[in-house]
Amino acid sequence: MRSDTVVDEEHTPGDAVTIEEPRRPGPPPGHEHATGVWYPRWFWPSFTMPAIAWLFVLFVLPFYMILTVAFGYVDPIFQNPIPVYEPWWWSFDVFNETLSKIVGEDAIFTEAFVRTFAYVAASSALCLVIGYTVAYFVARYGGHRKGLFLVLLIAPFWINYLMRMYAWASLLEGDGYVNDILGFLPFVEPRAWLTGEHITIVLGLAYGYIPYMILPLFGQLDRIDKDYLEAGRDLGASPAQTFLRVTLPLSKPAILAGLVIVALPMFGDYYTNDLLSNSPRTSMIGNLIDVSVYGQGRIPQAASLVLILTVILLVPMMYYLRSTKRATEAA
Amino acid sequence: MSETALAPRPSPVAQRTPSPGGVRGWLRDPWRKPRVLEAITWGYLAWSIIPVVIAIVYSFNAGRSRSSWQGFSLRWWTIDEDSLWRDEALRQAMVQSIKLAGLTMLIAVPIGVAFAIGIDRWRGRIASTANFVMLFSFVVPEIIVGVALLLTFLFLLQNAVQLGTTAQLLGLVSRQISYAVIIVRARLLSIGKEYEEAGMDLGATPTDSVRRVLLPLLYPAIFASAAVVFADAIDDFIVVRYLSGPASSEPLAVKIYAAARSSPTPAVNAAATSMLVASLVAVVIGFVAYRHFAREQRREGMSELTQF
Repeated sequence: MRSDTVVDEEHTPGDAVTIEEPRRPGPPPGHEHATGVWYPRWFWPSFTMPAIAWLFVLFVLPFYMILTVAFGYVDPIFQNPIPVYEPWWWSFDVFNETLSKIVGEDAIFTEAFVRTFAYVAASSALCLVIGYTVAYFVARYGGHRKGLFLVLLIAPFWINYLMRMYAWASLLEGDGYVNDILGFLPFVEPRAWLTGEHITIVLGLAYGYIPYMILPLFGQLDRIDKDYLEAGRDLGASPAQTFLRVTLPLSKPAILAGLVIVALPMFGDYYTNDLLSNSPRTSMIGNLIDVSVYGQGRIPQAASLVLILTVILLVPMMYYLRSTKRATEAA
Repeated sequence: MSETALAPRPSPVAQRTPSPGGVRGWLRDPWRKPRVLEAITWGYLAWSIIPVVIAIVYSFNAGRSRSSWQGFSLRWWTIDEDSLWRDEALRQAMVQSIKLAGLTMLIAVPIGVAFAIGIDRWRGRIASTANFVMLFSFVVPEIIVGVALLLTFLFLLQNAVQLGTTAQLLGLVSRQISYAVIIVRARLLSIGKEYEEAGMDLGATPTDSVRRVLLPLLYPAIFASAAVVFADAIDDFIVVRYLSGPASSEPLAVKIYAAARSSPTPAVNAAATSMLVASLVAVVIGFVAYRHFAREQRREGMSELTQF
């Protein structure tokens, strides 16, 4: 008996476990059935609090401010907007006025809205065609040069968008290099690119946003298992058939995500237009908003336009958020 | 299965051997080099890179033109009155750019990292709502955020925050938090919870396990996101322009935008080049730090840097 106690004091390995309090933080009394590591209930939420507080004051509230100004009043004497914070006092005068400029009788904004959709559609399509080709080539045939290609494809992300657009605009000047080259070629004429040409804006938007299209496409195309392609070929499909029936369906999620990624900022773009045209003939929704922000007493109109743009973009934004959520859940 | 699917088809190998000549044979050859794809790829790369290179070269142009070369000179960098270095406004703008980008990085990255860690383990309706708002702030076009923040500072917080550096900083941070969150969460997904649980099994408290196990594992992602945030904040001009107060609070990107619209001289090229250098320095520092901390996990490679 006595010797047993001595052994006990010297901690046999078996006893040590039962005597010592378990070091792993356990569940509180009443939650003993819980398995795994236990954290206090507030532990993880507390990490997110600074960001949540920040986003509430500087992201969610600002969205509400759009409503209060769009549905507020304009001081009749000083022309400055008066936001209305209580929804039950909202007035829809300014908003309806703005809306009637888009779809109503004095439709001075209609053209810009239609133009925006046309530009975005054309530029996104251009982004997709060029971006898919590049992403496909690098993913399938990049070989040992894949790293170099990737660096070159990522480079535009680190170069200021303004600088890229400014650089491109410099080449499009009347005596610029683009016209110099076109002068040598048959069938194409040098032209005044920077005087409000539709094609300049479409090309410019594509120039600005293709990089955002390529990376998601590359990510997806690079992950496609070569075995699928070989299986397609072994079953007798031609290269074109393999592409259309194996590669293309597998890259569809990235195509849709890429289209949304490039289209969303294009809808709010005013700077591409400003650098490449400076003519009202090519102005887009973004230009209407930007001009309204700086126009005397037109801030409620800017708020109304922003509200309309947000509503228009809600569907693609929700689509994108849902698809990324699904992608992270699958990962 | 239908008849046609079962019908024997010539195998690719059989096609290879006869190898009919001419254009049709070339089109049919499954082993042909993808010349067209390659040409388009190089064409695109040239289109995306060469204009920028030309713009950099033209910052050394001796004349006022940004499209015809008139000899080499440093006048737009240091010599002229309105050169980048001697123009007081441009120099101030440069300082403002770096100040804003640096402070944004210092505020947005810690907040974003903490949020990413917390939201990764916190389940529930509040958590998913917060996560949704965070991602929403990432995809919403900047002009919308810019106008919304302008209205907030003009009316709701008019007595608390003046338009200018503070407003710009607050606006930049609220946009950039999401960048850090997305990069760090991608890393958290690949780490898993095992290390942390091992740490807790060995007696670490929850706080210890985050500080001494999780954070070191996240260093690569943290540095990558710091580089991304810095480079993106220094380039930003949409939110920052709306929230600018006096002209002295306009950073270089806003000045470039204004100058590029009116009568650009190669001084604009020089200013843009200097910003490019600043972003590159941030990227190189970020990448070196990233490599330093990620040496064991080289396999993940540049995944964080290629997020966007």
